[in-house]
Amino acid sequence: MSCTPPSDSAPSTTAPTAATVHTLPEHILEILSDSGEGAQKCGQSFGAVSAKMGNGAWTVEIIPAEIQPPPRTPEGASGVRIRIGTDEVTNWGNRTKLVIAFNEQVLLSRHRVQALADDAIILIENMWETHADANIRQAWADAFAELSTANYRFIQVPMEEECLKIVDNPRRGKNMFALGLMSWIYHRDVEKVKDQIAMQFRHKPKEVYERNVRLLEAGIAWAQTHLDFRFDIPTGDVSEDLVVMNGNTALAMGAVMSGLELCSMYPITPATSVSHYLSSIFDDMGGVVHQAEDEIAAIGVAIGASYAGKVAFTVTSGPGMALKTEFIGLAVMSETPLVIVDVQRGGPSTGLPTKVEQSDLLSTLFASPGDSPKVVLAPSTIEECFHCMITARQIAETFRAVVVVLSDANLATGQQPFSRPKLQANWHALEPNLGPVKDGHQPFGWDAETGLSQRIVPGRLGGQYTATGLAHNEDSHVSYDPYNNQRTSAMRSRKLAVLQSTLEPPRVVGPESNDLLLVGWGSTRGAIEEAAEKARAEGLGVSSTHLTFLSPLQPGLKEIFSRFQHVMTVEINYSDEADDPYINEENRRRGQLSWLLRATTLVDVDCWTRVLGQPLSPGDILQVIKKKLS
Amino acid sequence: MSSTCSLLGCETLDNRNFSLEDYGGPTPRWCPGCGDHAILTAVQRLLATEQLKPETTVFVSGIGCSSRFPHYVETYGFHGIHGRALPLATGIKLARPELDVFVVMGDGDCCSIGAGHWVHAIRYNLNLTVMLLDNNIYGLTKKQTSPTTPQGFKSNTQPRGSYLPPINPLQTTLGITNASFVAQTADWMPSHLAATLEAAHAHQGLSFVRILQRCPVFTPDIFTEAVKNPQITDVLVHPQGIEDPTSAGIYKSQITHDPSDIHEARRLAEACDRVRVGLFFRNESFPRYEVLRTVPKRTVEEKINLLNKEFDRYAI
Ligand SMILES: Cc1ncc(C[n+]2csc(CCOP(=O)(O)OP(=O)(O)O)c2C)c(N)n1
Ligand code: SF4
Ligand SMILES: [Mg+2]
Repeated sequence: MSCTPPSDSAPSTTAPTAATVHTLPEHILEILSDSGEGAQKCGQSFGAVSAKMGNGAWTVEIIPAEIQPPPRTPEGASGVRIRIGTDEVTNWGNRTKLVIAFNEQVLLSRHRVQALADDAIILIENMWETHADANIRQAWADAFAELSTANYRFIQVPMEEECLKIVDNPRRGKNMFALGLMSWIYHRDVEKVKDQIAMQFRHKPKEVYERNVRLLEAGIAWAQTHLDFRFDIPTGDVSEDLVVMNGNTALAMGAVMSGLELCSMYPITPATSVSHYLSSIFDDMGGVVHQAEDEIAAIGVAIGASYAGKVAFTVTSGPGMALKTEFIGLAVMSETPLVIVDVQRGGPSTGLPTKVEQSDLLSTLFASPGDSPKVVLAPSTIEECFHCMITARQIAETFRAVVVVLSDANLATGQQPFSRPKLQANWHALEPNLGPVKDGHQPFGWDAETGLSQRIVPGRLGGQYTATGLAHNEDSHVSYDPYNNQRTSAMRSRKLAVLQSTLEPPRVVGPESNDLLLVGWGSTRGAIEEAAEKARAEGLGVSSTHLTFLSPLQPGLKEIFSRFQHVMTVEINYSDEADDPYINEENRRRGQLSWLLRATTLVDVDCWTRVLGQPLSPGDILQVIKKKLS
Repeated sequence: MSSTCSLLGCETLDNRNFSLEDYGGPTPRWCPGCGDHAILTAVQRLLATEQLKPETTVFVSGIGCSSRFPHYVETYGFHGIHGRALPLATGIKLARPELDVFVVMGDGDCCSIGAGHWVHAIRYNLNLTVMLLDNNIYGLTKKQTSPTTPQGFKSNTQPRGSYLPPINPLQTTLGITNASFVAQTADWMPSHLAATLEAAHAHQGLSFVRILQRCPVFTPDIFTEAVKNPQITDVLVHPQGIEDPTSAGIYKSQITHDPSDIHEARRLAEACDRVRVGLFFRNESFPRYEVLRTVPKRTVEEKINLLNKEFDRYAI
């Protein structure tokens, strides 16, 4: 056929004399399949094994929005990008260098969004070219015509044929064969790969494990016989104790360690897997995952539980946050400590359910009518997903506050190795005080300076009071007194300023004063810092800083900004482009953090934002830096 | 009550004796003649009769005239937001099953904005005493149609009369899986109200009590006939039902109904031109969510050990 891809699949069975080994500091690969063919499991296993061998690693899942999208369609592409390196890897990088694709349609989806390097090596299942169905043969030919605009190197792999030698249903097995290919290409430690498989199938009969190992070995053997290249990404120092997991698992573990004992939730992507993981371990650890009837009930149950005892939490994503807002106001008003995790996804409305966005910052800050001051913080790495839950719980309790943790879809499913936390008992909540209440202890005995007060949980003799969302005084008696309302509003607000007084200014990465300061928050940290570092290497005057606290903002921002010619936020949310039609200085809608920083510092903070439903790439940010400084 | 912990110096605690006044809070702000007053008195009597400790008793409510209730009882309380009393109560009970939790809702609260929670709370069947104070109208917001407003009744939002037949809270509740206690009483039947509350509180599981409540301001006529004419009231009686010998002389129409018979309960709950009070259904063997969700208590050290085992699974 004329449209057959230029391929160097060796029709002969003889091995290349010796594969050339390319030693590189880092590499990016992707594995792509139809949904249900297991590319995600395979890619995540590869990432975990790489981390376990001492490579830096970062994985990003490519997730279709539907559970069973039609097979062999670009929309149905499901898979993982894995970036591995000798040193720490903090983001998904730029373009993919090696792809394993189970069909040409899923490959097309990545080609069309320019995710692949022009000279990428593509190992592709070749059964479709000669498929009995003429439509499929035509689709293959059309796809390759489209793909021919790039200089990919195609290697046809008879995955199905090889897998059929071992299993009856190659749809359940190809991914292990592919893992074999990847393992050979990247010199993975086969014992560690097998351990990973054993863990994956630990609840299944032994035959399942054995069958999968045979598939893995078949992949390795095929690669060894047919491929003329291998990559060696030297491993770094593994003297430190490391763990590798995704952000949602880390959040769940952090929740357990912090002493949160009730997770009240309603399923919503991409937050749900926090509760899946938690459900699998929590009962045994003395905790309960309560799946409520909706997000409103979910937060209500958490508030009720917090009011009655230990701080509880709820986990959700944007649409769920929207539903929770009235209850957030009740928690703020009744000063019931509460932790809310919002794993952000693309919006508005149902938006891009499985994709990353950082669009809930402002709606979170202002969630709930009236003035409802709350604490908002954002982890920027998987490691921080663990630790921020401990911080969040402590702040919620100390300040009798609502603390919102803004994670996102990138952190939720991304895997990254990090230092294994040395668990400390003082990270855990104390049992609530159930002793008698001392005379004069009021349920809202605000300290006039700080607004802080000691809450009283039911069960305490002599402490009876009725918490209420109505304006109230120290005794929690309803009060419509105008001065009381002014004063108690100040008390609730003051707590944020007091918290801020305990925070450090954010660290500036790069020179302390410079031409341009990039400001980010959340999961974009790695990409921003990498881009700024590359820019500095090219002689550009760029530094960056990353905010963990969004409410209250960390102190010293105005002073830091004053040392830079330009300040610009980089975010995954929508902003108008300055030169778009109708857009001018005054009506331009800006990135959410830049909006906030402009309001609080009066500095002309610019922004560069994208809503592509994917993490930012350092290469794209580098281009933005160059443009800004040109 | 006997003293069990005199060594700890809390002997006096267990010997406390609570009078009605001990449960009295600030003077209620309900209108004169409002049925809520009678219900509050009945509840305070129950607290005194049962000698419930003020510090381990919690009243939870939503928003409405009726939802002011917790402020008027000298126990712990949570006056929440409109329609959401049940999720708050669920959280309290899950976290602290040893607390005695009462829930007070209006008909708008329970049957309209909070209807979703109503259905699910009935199914969770936590050990809660739930009271629906049903005045057939939105009181606090001044006379809007509620889901239980009689068809044709004129309100500020439906001035030509309510368009649809009202929802039937008893039948609705009796239709929900795992409903374990469903009763009806009225604010103007003090002894029956007291007996019903006592039975509801004693029940292990969620007891749902609909209390017909007069609102002389916005629905002055709706219950007039029922109050004036005891003949239109049927009292459900049974040895396993609610005992109220006091009112037997006034309410002559007594229907013997076995509260374990769900089909008969649903039939008796059907809308008709009679007022039916008493215990429609009770089954204490139904699963209770807080019991099912009981987890072992772990020390911090145990948790750290377990968590470290989890970390081992993810270790490099
Ligand atoms: C979210 C929300 N919507 C509306 C209201 C206004 N509102 C307060 S009470 C109420 C209805 C009260 O009726 P009901 O629940 O029957 O209680 P009642 O006052 O009759 O005792 C309404 C609509 C509110 N407080 N919150
Ligand atoms: S308006 Fe009706 S329900 Fe509300 S307090 Fe007055 S009488 Fe009672
Ligand atoms: Mg009402």
